[in-house]
Amino acid sequence: MKTYSDLEFLKLSKGEKFKYKFLSFFAGIPKALLNLLLALWNLIKGAGVTIGKEIADICSTFIHGDWKTKLSFIFMGFGCLARGQILRGILFLLFEVVFIGYMVLAGGYWLGMLPSLGVQGPTKEYNEILDVEVTTFHDNSFKILLYGVLTLFFIVAFIYTWRQNVKQNQLAEKILASGKKLRSGKDDLRSLVDDQFHKTLLALPLTGILLFTVMPIVFMILVAFTNYDGTHNGYTNNLFTWVGMDNFNTMLSWTAGKGGNTQSYSATFGEVLVWTLIWAFFATFTNYFLGMFVAMAINKKGIKLKKVWRTILVLTIAIPQFISLLYVSKMFAKNGIVNGFLMSMGWIQEALPFWEDPTWARVTVVLINIWIGIPYLMLIATGILMNIPADLYESARIDGANPWQQYTKITLPYMLFVTGPYLLTSFTGNMNNFNVIYLLTGGAPTNPAASSAAGSVGYTDLLITWLFKITTGAESQYYLASVVGILVFVVVALISLVVYNVLPSIKNEEDFQ
Amino acid sequence: MSQQNAIAPTGPVKKHMGLKASRALGNTAIYLLLIVVSAIWLIPFICILLQSFRVESTWQVGYVIPQQWGLDNYKGLFETDFPRWYMNTFIAALCTAVLQTIIVLCMSYTLSRFRFKMRNGLMRFMLILGMFPGMLTMIILYRVLKDLGMTQANALPGLILVYVASSGMGYYVSKGFFDTIPKSLDEAARVDGATRFQILKKIILPLSKPIVIYTVLTAFMGPWGDFVFARYIAFGSSAGSNVAVGLYNWLSKDQINTRYTMFCAGGVLVAVPVTILFMCLQKYYVEGVTGGAVKG
Repeated sequence: MKTYSDLEFLKLSKGEKFKYKFLSFFAGIPKALLNLLLALWNLIKGAGVTIGKEIADICSTFIHGDWKTKLSFIFMGFGCLARGQILRGILFLLFEVVFIGYMVLAGGYWLGMLPSLGVQGPTKEYNEILDVEVTTFHDNSFKILLYGVLTLFFIVAFIYTWRQNVKQNQLAEKILASGKKLRSGKDDLRSLVDDQFHKTLLALPLTGILLFTVMPIVFMILVAFTNYDGTHNGYTNNLFTWVGMDNFNTMLSWTAGKGGNTQSYSATFGEVLVWTLIWAFFATFTNYFLGMFVAMAINKKGIKLKKVWRTILVLTIAIPQFISLLYVSKMFAKNGIVNGFLMSMGWIQEALPFWEDPTWARVTVVLINIWIGIPYLMLIATGILMNIPADLYESARIDGANPWQQYTKITLPYMLFVTGPYLLTSFTGNMNNFNVIYLLTGGAPTNPAASSAAGSVGYTDLLITWLFKITTGAESQYYLASVVGILVFVVVALISLVVYNVLPSIKNEEDFQ
Repeated sequence: MSQQNAIAPTGPVKKHMGLKASRALGNTAIYLLLIVVSAIWLIPFICILLQSFRVESTWQVGYVIPQQWGLDNYKGLFETDFPRWYMNTFIAALCTAVLQTIIVLCMSYTLSRFRFKMRNGLMRFMLILGMFPGMLTMIILYRVLKDLGMTQANALPGLILVYVASSGMGYYVSKGFFDTIPKSLDEAARVDGATRFQILKKIILPLSKPIVIYTVLTAFMGPWGDFVFARYIAFGSSAGSNVAVGLYNWLSKDQINTRYTMFCAGGVLVAVPVTILFMCLQKYYVEGVTGGAVKG
């Protein structure tokens, strides 16, 4: 497509401008993807180069180092101890002892079992004395996978520490050669509240993230390549094992799935994905524009009781969402207040199928989401609108711009410019908006064609609620949940990357300053 | 635009009057709109309040104003597990408020003030981590916590752990706040020989009251609204549930006819203290939210 320079762009008519922007957005997508691939390649290349450099550095440290340094390659912290840095030396040595001890006592077993995830499942034997069948449990696939992953983490940590140990020696030699003094243990401790203070501060948060986010995510990614589910829980009934790409094939191929369902997983996945995207689009933009509208209405000059209006709306944020969502969901039920009211007024004869009809249900969740979301957007918009310099409007009015022109030429561009990243995060947040969908409809009405072994999928189910249903369903197909989770990640990551790469171009065009 | 410029010189006085009239009209329209909007936003809460006092029936009905008023529903709550759920949620909220605030502030302060080697990589890494659906981690966390005996009836410590552990990833808003505190303050203190820790304690923290309150408030409100984690960890145990899970079950098909009005009463009891707290600290919340959106 043709690209225009700034001057040419300004000459275009309104329709052409919009068309140009619209087309250039989509024309930018392949380029953004290409950039992504290039960035990935560079990342891999960079990692390779770094590792090469590190190895070269380690070798040269060994060759040029003195005997203390050389011994440190085997006994971590020896160099530190020999040079008087007792605290560091002890810590290094302790780490090595713990590591070796762990690997000998337990780590070796977990690592060794990792490729098979256990060989011996539970066995049943007849016990003559007690006259009952006794089940003996043997291998535990879940623990093998979990501790296997932890052991791998530990090994990486050990390699890193070992590398630090080597580096320390190299540094210490340099410092001593230049005639300076080494840091003592006291200095080290003091630096933890001073120039190394960031390490102290980050220790707790990062440990939490590592144990409760990183490790589970790695584990769940691995589960996507196993057959871990309710009937293969890895200990009390059957072991689970690696199945390669089978689960992805099931999810993404067009053959009908198991369980006698009439629709393949891929078709179900496609339907849910499309609805997730539609939902995220409407949920984000209806809230955005209506919230901005309400904020502008409250902010308008001459409107009194500004605080009262705002407080009424903010009240909805304060009340825990599950109460309002559950209650509103029941208000729209067949025998709920809304239908009761409409019928008593004689406006309708039969109850409206708010939650029974697919289209009704989808529209209703979007509408209720507006009710939930507007107060929040109103707050954000109020803050930003107050920051727009008043003289911009002043001069626009002197030039004869009407309110609509002021809105499209000043307010909207400013808002979009400032909240661009927020729009993106709120879009991806809405894609994963579990509470609104699950508490309102629980995914209902059920889609009979898609109700399969993988939980019963409904017309308002998002990928995230489907995932929840899979894990809590009768068969607990954790492996399928993992696959869905990974695909959610891929979709969210792709959208984020594309939008981030395209966003600046839109921003610059609309930057009115 | 050119047309309007052409019209403008014809009658400045007339236009002025027209403006005034149209502004009055516009304001009336806006007042109407705001009244309608306020009504829509308040009606559900008024309904829930009214229905919590209904004693003639316990199921869903098509009218709002009770025919018979009474406190039966509130009294009834104390014969169920509701007090237990309430305490669970309250304790979880208190602990989360304290621990999460410490963790979030450590994280955001560090990322705002220090420039260290892994900083950008770390932030990018957490951004990517955030794209994974958090629910996925619950499958394993549930089983691990179960092995540690922190699920079902003993769900409370497990729940707090889950709320708090990964909270460092939500550092964006408070980092935005710390970014606005001028760095020259730090530098001046450094020149005077203060350690980093002293800077944090004596200079930054006293200036950070708004963001501390914001973080405490959001951390405290989180557990009141959480459904999914609590549902996973309590897993069918009534004693380990929080209010969201417990009240959700009351609306299930086999319980709704006996529990609906009690659900309303429970909802009111949950909403009132949280709302009062929120309203008192509203100012800080608004500051945090508006600041957070602008800085991304």
